[in-house]
Amino acid sequence: MIQFVLLISRQGKVRLTKWYSPYSQKERTKVIRELSGVILTRGPKLCNFVEWRGYKVVYKRYASLYFCMCIDQDDNELEILEIIHHFVEILDRYFGSVCELDLIFNFHKAYYILDELLIAGELQESSKKTVARLIAAQDSLVETAKEQASSISNIIAQATKFERS
Amino acid sequence: MNPFSSGTRLRDMIRAIRACKTAAEERAVVRKECAAIRAAINENDQDYRHRNLAKLMFIHMLGYPTHFGQMECLKLIASPGFPEKRIGYLGLMLLLDERQEVLMLVTNSLKQDLNHSNQYIVGLALCALGNICSAEMARDLAPEVERLLQFRDPNIRKKAALCSIRIIKKVPDLAENFINPAASLLKEKHHGVLITGVQLCTDLCKVSSEALEYFRKKCTDGLVKTLRDIANSPYAPEYDIAGITDPFLHIRLLRLLRVLGQGDADASDSMNDILAQVATKTESNKNAGNAILYECVETIMSIEDNGGLRVLAINILGRFLSNRDNNIRYVALNMLTKAMTVEAQAVQRHRATILECVKDSDASIRKRALELVYLLVNETNVKPLTKELIDYLEVSDQDFKGDLTAKICSIVERFSPEKIWYIDQMLKVLSEAGNFVKDDVWHALIVVISNASDLHGYTVRALYRALQTSTEQETLVRVAVWCIGEYGDMLVNNVGMLDIEDPITVTESDAVDAVEVAIKRHTSDLTTKSMALIALLKLSSRFPSCSERIREIIVQNKGSLVLELQQRSIEFNSILQKHQNIRSALVERMPVLDEATFSGRRAGSLPAAASTSTGTPHKLPNGIAKPAAAPIADLLDLSSDDAPAPSSSGADFLQDLLGVDLSPASAPAGTSQPPKAGTDVLLDLLSIGTSPPAQSSSSMSDILSSSQDNKAPLANLNGLTSLSSLSPTATSPMMDLLDGFGPSPQKHEENGPTYPSVVAYESSSLRMTFNFSKQPGNPQTTLIQATFTNLSPNAYNDFLFQAAVPKFLQLHLDPASSNTLPASGNGSITQNLKVTNSQHGKKSLVMRIRIAYKMNNKDVLEEGQVNNFPRDL
Repeated sequence: MIQFVLLISRQGKVRLTKWYSPYSQKERTKVIRELSGVILTRGPKLCNFVEWRGYKVVYKRYASLYFCMCIDQDDNELEILEIIHHFVEILDRYFGSVCELDLIFNFHKAYYILDELLIAGELQESSKKTVARLIAAQDSLVETAKEQASSISNIIAQATKFERS
Repeated sequence: MNPFSSGTRLRDMIRAIRACKTAAEERAVVRKECAAIRAAINENDQDYRHRNLAKLMFIHMLGYPTHFGQMECLKLIASPGFPEKRIGYLGLMLLLDERQEVLMLVTNSLKQDLNHSNQYIVGLALCALGNICSAEMARDLAPEVERLLQFRDPNIRKKAALCSIRIIKKVPDLAENFINPAASLLKEKHHGVLITGVQLCTDLCKVSSEALEYFRKKCTDGLVKTLRDIANSPYAPEYDIAGITDPFLHIRLLRLLRVLGQGDADASDSMNDILAQVATKTESNKNAGNAILYECVETIMSIEDNGGLRVLAINILGRFLSNRDNNIRYVALNMLTKAMTVEAQAVQRHRATILECVKDSDASIRKRALELVYLLVNETNVKPLTKELIDYLEVSDQDFKGDLTAKICSIVERFSPEKIWYIDQMLKVLSEAGNFVKDDVWHALIVVISNASDLHGYTVRALYRALQTSTEQETLVRVAVWCIGEYGDMLVNNVGMLDIEDPITVTESDAVDAVEVAIKRHTSDLTTKSMALIALLKLSSRFPSCSERIREIIVQNKGSLVLELQQRSIEFNSILQKHQNIRSALVERMPVLDEATFSGRRAGSLPAAASTSTGTPHKLPNGIAKPAAAPIADLLDLSSDDAPAPSSSGADFLQDLLGVDLSPASAPAGTSQPPKAGTDVLLDLLSIGTSPPAQSSSSMSDILSSSQDNKAPLANLNGLTSLSSLSPTATSPMMDLLDGFGPSPQKHEENGPTYPSVVAYESSSLRMTFNFSKQPGNPQTTLIQATFTNLSPNAYNDFLFQAAVPKFLQLHLDPASSNTLPASGNGSITQNLKVTNSQHGKKSLVMRIRIAYKMNNKDVLEEGQVNNFPRDL
C-alpha cells in the first residue's frame, strides 16, 4: 500500500501531498523535511529507493520535480516507478507537456487526477485514456454549471434592469 | 457581496505568494489572505466559498494552519452542485484526517452522495471515503459500498472495490460481507475493475482466513486463466507499457496467486505452468518487464516448492544482480535476502557479487547488501568474508561505518573458529573503527581475553603495537589500557611468545608511557581515564622501578574536576605511599572473568544478541570449552549474593570490572551486605568522605576480599575497627582515613549488623551525615542519627531540619540537640530520626530533606534528596 505521495521541487518546496495513512500536521511537516533532506541530496546515478523508518520511499525526478511515494517493506518498488511514470504521463497529456508551473497554479487539478489514479493507497486504473476521459467529463460538468450560473445571473440582471426602466 | 473576500482570485494569490522574496513577506501575504477568508466564513459568504477553500488548500500545502476552514468543506459537500462538491471533497481529504471529530459530521452527506443519481458525485464520495474514512464511518457506510460493487458503471465498481479495502482494514469483522461480491469482480473484463478486484481479494485474504480458503478453492483456476490471457494478449494500445499489456494487472494477479499458493500444494501446482511462462517469456530490457519478473520470482519463492521453478527464479535474480541499473540490483539484493530462508545454497553462489555490492557507492544498495552478507556468513566462509569486510572498513564512508562495524563484530562473535582469530579480528576493528564499537562488544572482548590465558602475552603485545599507530579510537585505547594494566609484565618480558609474532622490545617505562598518553589525552573520556588510572596502579606493582613515576602521574589527577578521578587518585596515592605491604595483593591480576555470567547478562539486557552469545555453559560464543570459572569470580558480580541481578549489563560490567561507578547519583549497590570481616572495615573507611564514592570504594573492598580469600595477606585486617563509629566527626581528608588501620581491635561482629554511615547531604556550606543502627528484633525500624556540620565561616541560627518520606515509610523526628550551628565545623548539631520501612527487604529507604537556617540574619534554604541509604535498611 502507498502510505503517501509527495511532490517536492528541487528547492524543497512542496507541490502536492496526499496522505493515505493518518499523519498529524506536525508529523507531516517532519516527514517532508526529513525526506527532502535525504532525497534531494542523492546523486543522479543512484537507485531510486530510500529506506526510511521501516518503509521504502520510491522517488523519481522529472525536470525540477521529485515524485515520491512511500510504500510498505514488501511492496514492489519497480512497479511503483511505473505508477509514478503513469501519473506523470497522464498529467502530461492533460496539461500538454506539463511543467512545474502548471502544477502550482492548477494544483487542484493535479489532485483530481491523482484521485482518479489512486484510492486508499492502491492503484485504481491502468488506462491513461480512461483517466483522461473521466477527468474531462467532470471538468465539463463544472463548466456547464458555471455557464448556467452566469446565464442565470444574466437573466436576473436583465430582469432587474427591465424592472427599473 | 463581501468587499474583502472578493479581493483576489486564486491565481493572483498564488502569484503574490510566489513573488515574496522572504519568508516574512510570505507570512504577511498568507496572514492577509487568511484574515479575508475568515471574514468571509463569518459572513457565511456563499459565492466565493469554493474559491476560498481552494486558497486554503494552497495555504495548507505551504504548511500554515487552516483548521478554521474545515467546516467550509462540510458546507460545500452539503451543497447540491457538482463543482461545489468536487472542491469540498478535495478540501475534506486535504485538510482533515480520520482522527478529527469533525469528520463524523460528514457521514450523512456521504451517505446521500453514495446514493446520488449523478455517478460522478457517487465517485467523489467513494474516493473521499476510501481515502480518509474512520472505523465508525466504515461501519456506517459499508452497506452502501457493498451495494456499489455491483453498480452498472465500471468506474464506480472499481472505486467501490478500493473503498472496500479501506473498510475491511478499518473493521476486519466486515470482511465476510465482501467475499462474494469481490469474487464476482474477478470475472470482469474491465481492467480497472479487475485490478481493484484482485487487490480487494488480496487484502481480504490478509484479514480473513475464511476468505483465503474461499478464493483458493473457487478462484485459483480462474486467476491462472486471467493471467494467461493477459500474458498472451495481442498488442493493446490502451494498456501497453513497453510492449507488455498492463503490467499493473500482471503484478496484482501474481501477488494474489502468491497468497493463494502459500502453504497449499494443490493451488501451487495449478499455477506452476503460468509462473514458468511468465518467468521465461517476459522481456527484461525495460523496467515494466523487470517489475513483473521481480513479482514472479517472489511468488515462486513463496509458494510450495517445485524444483525447477526455484532454479529459474534464482537465475533471474543472478541476472538482476549483474545488471547495470542500480534499481534492478537493489531489488535483486532485496529478494535474495528473502530467498535465504528457502534457497540458502543457491544464494551462496552469488556471494562474490553480493560482496561487491557492499562496496557500492549507493547507500541504499550497500545497506541491503550488508544485510544479505550478514545472513550469508557461516562457519566455512567466515574468514574470507570477514577479511573482505574489514578491508573495506578502512575505506568506507563515515556514515556507513557504524552499520558495518556492528555487523562485523556480530559476525566475528558468532562464527569465530578460534580465540586467536577472534582477538585478531576484533583488534583490527578496534584500530579501524573503535569509535563505532558498542560497549557490550568490547566488554565481551575483554572477557574473552581474560579467559584465553595462553594468549595474554600475545594480545597485550598486539594491542600495544596497535596503540602506537592509532590513538584516536577510544575503545581500542580502553582495551589496550586494561590489558597493559593486567598483563604489563608479559608485554615487557615477551612472555608466551607465539611463533607468528615478531619480537618487540618494550621497556617498563614504554608501557607506562602508553598508559600516560591515554590518561593525558584531552579527548579521553571519564571511562578511559579511570581505566588508565587503575592500570597505572596495577603497573606500579608490576614495575617497581617505575613506581615513583607512576605516583607522580597519579598525583596529577588529584586536582581533577571529575570527582571520580580525584577521589581515585587520592586513594591510589595513599596506597602507593603508605600501604606498600598490601599493595601487591591489592592489585593482583583480575581473576578470570566468567563468560557465562557475562553472556547471560548480555542476553538479558539485549534480546537481539541472545542468539549470538547465549548457549550452554560449555558451548561459549567462540565454541571453545570454557575453563572452570574461578571460585572468586562471583566477587565480580557485586549483586549475586543478595540482590536480584541488575539488568543493565553495560554499566554493571564496567563497574564489576573496574570498580568504577560512572553514575555517581545511583544508589550504592555494593554496600548492602552486612559486614562479615575486615574487608568491610575498609568499606566503611572509604565511604566516609562523600556519598557517591561509597559504591566505588565498596568494589574496592571486594577486590581486597578477593585477594584475601586467595592469599590471605590481609589477615591483619580481620577485626580492625569499624570507623563507622568515628564517622560523625570524621571531617578530615581521605588520606588520613586510610591511616585508620590502627590496631584498635573491636569485635563489632557481635553487635549484629552494622551499617556504614553515609554523608547524606553535602553542599558548599553544610554537611549532613547519617549513622544507622537497628533495634534488635525489629528489622523494619532504623534509628538514624543525623549530624550536621557547618562548612562555612559563619555561624548558623534558627537551624531547622525537615524530612519527608514516601508512603511505605514512617518517619519520626526527635528534637535537635541545638538550633545553633557554630562556624567552620567547630561543633555540630545532632538529631535522631526513626524510620520504619513497611516494605523492608523490598524497597530501600529514600528521603527528601529541607534545611533552613539564618546566616548573617539572612534566610537560607537548602533542599535535597537522600537516596544513598544502605540497601538493607
